[in-house]
Amino acid sequence: MTGETLRNLLMTAWLLPLLGFAIEIFGGFWGSRKSRAAAWLAVACIGTGFICSATALVVWGNATHWAVLSHGDDHADAHAPAAHEGKQDSAPAQPQGAATDTARYLTASLAASSTEEAAAARPQTVFSGTIYRLASFGSLQLSIDYYIDSLTLVMFTMVTFIATCIHLFAIGYMSEELTEEYVDHHAHLRNGHHVHRPGRFYRFFAFLSLFCFSMLGLVIAGNIFQIFIFWELVGICSFLLIGFYTERKSASNAANKAFIMNRVGDFGFLIGLMVVWTYFGTFQFGETVDANGQVVQAGLFQMLPRDADGNVNRNPETGEVMIGSASSPNPGGNRGTIPYFLLVTAGLGVFAGCIGKSAQFPLQTWLPDAMEGPTPVSALVHSATMVAAGVYLVGRFYPLFVHEVLLTIAYVGCITLFVAATIAIVATDIKKVLAYSTISQLGYMMLGLGVFGWGAGLFHLVTHAFFKSLMFLCSGSVIYGCHHEQEMPKMGGLWRKMPITALTMLVGVIAIAGLAVPGLVGLSSAFAFSGFHSKDAVVATALAFVKANPAHYLLFIVPLITAGITAFYMFRLWFYTFAGTPRDAHVYEHCHETPLIMTGPLLVLSLLAAYCAWGGESGVLYRLITGDQPAWVHHGIAGSPESLTLPGHAAVAAVHHEAGLLALIAAFSGTFVAWLLYGSGRVNVEDIRRQLSGVHSFLANKWHFDDLYDAIFMRPMHVVGRFCAWFDKTIFDGILHASARITLVVSRWDRTFDEVVVDGLVNLVGNTTWSVGNAMKHLQTGRLRQYVMFIVAGVVALFAILLSTFPG
Amino acid sequence: MQFGLQAYLFVGAVLFVCGLVCMATKRNGIGVLMGVELVLNGANLNFVAFSRYTSLGLDAQIFSLFVIVLAAAEAAVALAIALNFYNNHLTIDVDRANKLKG
Repeated sequence: MTGETLRNLLMTAWLLPLLGFAIEIFGGFWGSRKSRAAAWLAVACIGTGFICSATALVVWGNATHWAVLSHGDDHADAHAPAAHEGKQDSAPAQPQGAATDTARYLTASLAASSTEEAAAARPQTVFSGTIYRLASFGSLQLSIDYYIDSLTLVMFTMVTFIATCIHLFAIGYMSEELTEEYVDHHAHLRNGHHVHRPGRFYRFFAFLSLFCFSMLGLVIAGNIFQIFIFWELVGICSFLLIGFYTERKSASNAANKAFIMNRVGDFGFLIGLMVVWTYFGTFQFGETVDANGQVVQAGLFQMLPRDADGNVNRNPETGEVMIGSASSPNPGGNRGTIPYFLLVTAGLGVFAGCIGKSAQFPLQTWLPDAMEGPTPVSALVHSATMVAAGVYLVGRFYPLFVHEVLLTIAYVGCITLFVAATIAIVATDIKKVLAYSTISQLGYMMLGLGVFGWGAGLFHLVTHAFFKSLMFLCSGSVIYGCHHEQEMPKMGGLWRKMPITALTMLVGVIAIAGLAVPGLVGLSSAFAFSGFHSKDAVVATALAFVKANPAHYLLFIVPLITAGITAFYMFRLWFYTFAGTPRDAHVYEHCHETPLIMTGPLLVLSLLAAYCAWGGESGVLYRLITGDQPAWVHHGIAGSPESLTLPGHAAVAAVHHEAGLLALIAAFSGTFVAWLLYGSGRVNVEDIRRQLSGVHSFLANKWHFDDLYDAIFMRPMHVVGRFCAWFDKTIFDGILHASARITLVVSRWDRTFDEVVVDGLVNLVGNTTWSVGNAMKHLQTGRLRQYVMFIVAGVVALFAILLSTFPG
Repeated sequence: MQFGLQAYLFVGAVLFVCGLVCMATKRNGIGVLMGVELVLNGANLNFVAFSRYTSLGLDAQIFSLFVIVLAAAEAAVALAIALNFYNNHLTIDVDRANKLKG
């Protein structure tokens, strides 16, 4: 059974890091702090996970005869990540027209015979089922499910691969922790000394393993509740890792900030979950089938049937939306309706969680602060795991999003990508630039998903994961090589000292900027790195969307301009750091290229960052990701006058050249400006900064978002807190103190009463007994004859009394 | 000459008083014991007299038999005490036995 094989492989990949964590966390007890054993164990776990994931991808591909790739595919290239297997050439041609027309989103379940017509047209590609049932409360089943489709598999392979690279890199980067006494130069005690503490090498890798476990659990999850659990686990892990240097005030603050901001989003998530549970009655994505292959419970993804145009079925009078499975009429008896606004609420609620996790506007401020963690963590958090979780969930939950939600997603992404990109222009900390670029790119993904580019958004997610992890590791390499110097103004000219880092970084920069050499046949065959293809896909979808809905023209203009800004700030970073002349002789002198364990992952990642998206939207990666995309995404949704028109693939393909060309022009102009300002040395940047000091300070203060939140939330909270403290201190404490005083008085009086009356009585009895006994003891003379006399006297007295009382 | 009950009671009373006086005045332990025997026998004489002259009948005689048996037992115990006391104090002066004085 393919489903079981896939499940077992992915479960191995998922649970191995947990095993690793369980062992590594005891590294401080079981081994020496100078041992690298924990790191190698973590690498082994996640590396095995990667092998399992890749194998699962091959198994899945073979079982589906690589149908997703054989779609007029002539661009497949052996460099693509999915091409580790080299199978796509042998993929037999499938009757593709029929396959794409079938409702692909319908989950064919483990018992494959359930959907006969789908199985006839196309082999089963989605596998879902239950691993373990935790509890059932009435009709509510809490279980550990799995839901495996092409997206799951691509995510698994991507996450495990990048995590492996980052683990390897971290072995080098964290080697300073391999000591019994680590001196933290950034943490000061009150007396001005640095903090001395034992090294925490093993702990770092334990947390990394836990992080990978959580993320993989999130990806494999087969119900929304399970996703929520792992969602929180990911949050905890990021908290632990961002606050890894917990002695530093800034690090612990950043960890708290990340955690609390995520809670804000999760509140919305919970509301969404409640709506879903109340109206749909299940958390599971896929159908539940019994032993006979009969569907006993429809999954969430089958519950919102769409008509031929892709619109949800609304009751014409009430506007309520029909719920029920299209493939299995009323199996669970929960066919009903849901008010339209609650469907929107559910979508927005789940998206609110994604806003927090993926650092979208307005919750984006935690991510730059999260740079306080060690750089490998930044690479992991900001490429493959934490922030990817939000985008992944939006993609996963797509079948339940309606137009309004999608539009919100698009606008949130649009605002985010612009705001973050502008801040990145003025940031001088090398990691901060990358952090803002991450937020900006996440905005692109959200925008892509929001404008109905399901494939485009997730495509960008995967390519971004590769080139952003590459760039973060490069920045880590720079920071390590420059002895923890992060300020770019102190760098410059570093390419002579660290050529490998500079070169791989350049690959990443070109990839994210989206530069390309136009090919002979047109843009689709352009020689370009991965970022070009994915960003191209997002921008093209946005253009198609705007052409269909001209009112939302900003959704195309802003990302287009931001594409230029992206190229500008990324090349600024590269020129600032690696080109030109050294600005700080001290840093430059002590700078050195990092060891092979750190440059190795850079080289591997740079290859993938460059070529993973080979072929663009007809390439292997895109085909794999979109293999199981919801069916109506392909066609688009034709709008009525009052609702949006969502572009299908045909519409996107029609504007692809135009969008690609515009994006390329924007990218090249951004690059040119960056070269002019920072590469050529002909323009004095300081002059420009002085001219635009107002704008500069506005951007350098991050659009005053932190100040704004400080004013809106923190200050009022402090006022409320102070009032509460005052209330506590005066009112509550007053009551308490008064009652205490009363108790004191009462107990004093009680003591007096006890001492005088009760003790007095008791003492009186005792004293009386004592004195009586003392007096009587003189009678006991010990003289026998006297006793006899007493007896005689007593007898005589008795007789006298007797005779006088009863005479006669 | 016919004697009535009073004569017996009189003799018993004399015996009783003699015994009492003996107990009250003798310092010798054996003497005290002898006083006790006199008191008991005075009582016995009364019992027997009552048996003869009243409706008490044989009950009174059985009582007196009990008293004699008890007196024998008491004498045995008391003599043993007296011997032990002598062993310890080389005297049987009851006035010297004042260890239990209050």
